[in-house]
Amino acid sequence: MKETYTIIAFSENHVGLLNRITIIFTRRHINIESLTVSSTEMKGIHRFTIVALETEENIIKVVKQIEKLTEVLFADWYLNDQLVYREIALYKVPIESAIQKNLEQVLREFNAHVVDVQKDFVIIENTGHIDDTEKLYEILEPYGIMQFVRSGMISISKNNKELSSYLKELPINEYVKE
Amino acid sequence: MNNNHITGAEAMLQSLLKEKTDTIFGYPGGAIMPIYDKLFNRKHQINHILVRHEQGAAHAAQAYAQVTGKTGVCFATSGPGATNLITGITNANLDSIPVIFITAQVASAFLGTDAFQETDMISLSMPVTKWNFQVTSADEIPDAIAKAFYYANTGRPGPVLIDITKDAQLGETTFNYKRIKSIRSYNPHPALRDSDVKEALRMISASKKPLLLAGHGILLAKATRQLEAFIDKTAMPVAVTLLGKSAVNEDSLYYTGMLGMHGNYGPNVLTNEADLIIAAGMRFDDRVTGNLEKYATKAQIIHIDIDKAELNKNVKAHLPIHADIKDFLEKITPMISFKTNETWLNQFRVLNNTEKEKVIDRECSPNNGKIRSGEIVQMISKKTMGNAIIVTDVGQNQMMGARYYHYKSPNSFITSGGLGTMGFGLPAAVGAQVGQPNKTVVLLSGDGGFQMTMQELGTIFQYNLPVKMVILNNNFLGMVRQWQQLFNNKRYAETNMPTPDFPMLARSFGIESGLVHERAELDNAINTMLNHQGPYLLEIKIEKEANVFPMIYPGKAVDEIVLEDIAM
Repeated sequence: MKETYTIIAFSENHVGLLNRITIIFTRRHINIESLTVSSTEMKGIHRFTIVALETEENIIKVVKQIEKLTEVLFADWYLNDQLVYREIALYKVPIESAIQKNLEQVLREFNAHVVDVQKDFVIIENTGHIDDTEKLYEILEPYGIMQFVRSGMISISKNNKELSSYLKELPINEYVKE
Repeated sequence: MNNNHITGAEAMLQSLLKEKTDTIFGYPGGAIMPIYDKLFNRKHQINHILVRHEQGAAHAAQAYAQVTGKTGVCFATSGPGATNLITGITNANLDSIPVIFITAQVASAFLGTDAFQETDMISLSMPVTKWNFQVTSADEIPDAIAKAFYYANTGRPGPVLIDITKDAQLGETTFNYKRIKSIRSYNPHPALRDSDVKEALRMISASKKPLLLAGHGILLAKATRQLEAFIDKTAMPVAVTLLGKSAVNEDSLYYTGMLGMHGNYGPNVLTNEADLIIAAGMRFDDRVTGNLEKYATKAQIIHIDIDKAELNKNVKAHLPIHADIKDFLEKITPMISFKTNETWLNQFRVLNNTEKEKVIDRECSPNNGKIRSGEIVQMISKKTMGNAIIVTDVGQNQMMGARYYHYKSPNSFITSGGLGTMGFGLPAAVGAQVGQPNKTVVLLSGDGGFQMTMQELGTIFQYNLPVKMVILNNNFLGMVRQWQQLFNNKRYAETNMPTPDFPMLARSFGIESGLVHERAELDNAINTMLNHQGPYLLEIKIEKEANVFPMIYPGKAVDEIVLEDIAM
């Protein structure tokens, strides 16, 4: 059965590694739902958060192939209940409909914020689960959404070892003494 | 340390020398000229083999790596020089061979501008290399080369590509080479766990019908002696994959043959009779397993591989062990007291006798009809006493070379396994002969594959490489034709091919040659070839519509292997 899995991988910061990782999905004809790459609390180490709808069996194979890459420190996979995850969404709506309709109540309900107001439009920011950002989209749709963007999911696992403690167990880069 | 200012090109060559590289296969061109210019002064240290096409350099470097146990090195210029390597890189990747491909690149200021002979080799080679890296400054060269060697020949070996811009070759740097000892994101030597060994011992002692499958990993791990010790102590029947050929001395009492689509009858049928399968450094390729649903139906499976991504990839193992096969065998052999039951071993002998009678004798000792490939290979096997290095192309010639040569020593069978690259044979024979100049290297090629890379006759001629080239000519792309016969009702679409006068072609390169039509001429012709001091090409006209059997038909199970075409 296909489910939504989140793969989190930590890697060295190396040109082209993103490509090497996405190739693994492309080869198996797996669509990536969202992908974010960011720096971490450890200097020079990057974090990939990749969401895909797949069977667990295939996700495990993909994770092993990601971990096999020479510059990946480690990779793991999670179901949603093992994670705390968020995404940010921005909505650009016409100012007129924002005034006419009851925007204030909607903002309060979703704990959303207006981040910018211009003559013709307002920009609203919402942070939450994908369900929340999607629901707000549905509610704002009658307002006439001019632009909509979401960041892709970022997540922190509830149960895994901290990156820094994991790194301490790894050997450091060493050269042969001659 | 030499801290004088040198160019990037010079630093590259010095880096290679630090890694004890003495042989390079390559082809010059515009962007790589600075490196070749420095090579000019190092002829006494570095033997550069000038091939006739970059694909040839890639295959030759791979075969060189296989027969020497060293890391192969290959040079090509930017653009078409580099793209011509792709087939060879992919081949090395699928067969896990350590080769370092060094490609030149346009100057860094021109990157991304579609400059003359610019190709994005980093992106192009990404899916088919273990690691790749673009060098844009001379200072980066020593560390890039050090990493390239470390990645290529540790863990599960594989090809690495280093792309060096022209300005990095020409730029100045101070040379300080440091070989890599460890890299934190990469663990090439997973620790063998005692609990895994204990569990394996328990599973083996509980088994009545164990079968060991030896793959290429045995050769890559240099664990052939350890494997021999294990099977001698346990009397466990052992079968090999195509790339595992020559990992087991075929004189061994416990050697039962080759697995897979055109493997031997016994080990294929009995895979589904075994109650324990120990998969040692192999990856359950579809050509080995046949129908996965009906594979190893009665067996518990212990799978040992150094690449974790291979474990549970195709076949689910009851005990997956992430370790170097050499460590595993060294650990378990002294601890084991298991001895395989003689009746189980006999089952293999009975089935292999059936195969001998129905297939092998007809293939290798026919009384009439046209010459068959099997008899040729067996004759070469006897005359070279199993001491030659056999290089094959791909197709029927490859299966015949695998089946009918009697392999005795490690890495004496060089073939294109995973990728199945037609045209691999001749350039690979070049690399094998350069790597083992004192050994007899015999190429078994079909007429189709030979024509794909036959320009390498020029290389053989230039370096007077004493390769013995046997062309098994049936004027067909034999393996495809066999499938057309079996599955497409003999509609031989584009598989029938007229061939050039191969002996004359060889002579045009100054290479001695011979031609055989009749069985009566065969013995003499092979003697002449083997006794000839230099390179020799022997074309043999063989039965046009001969098939390779036994065969596991596509979609069928290993124990549904047939000895002859009865189903059609």
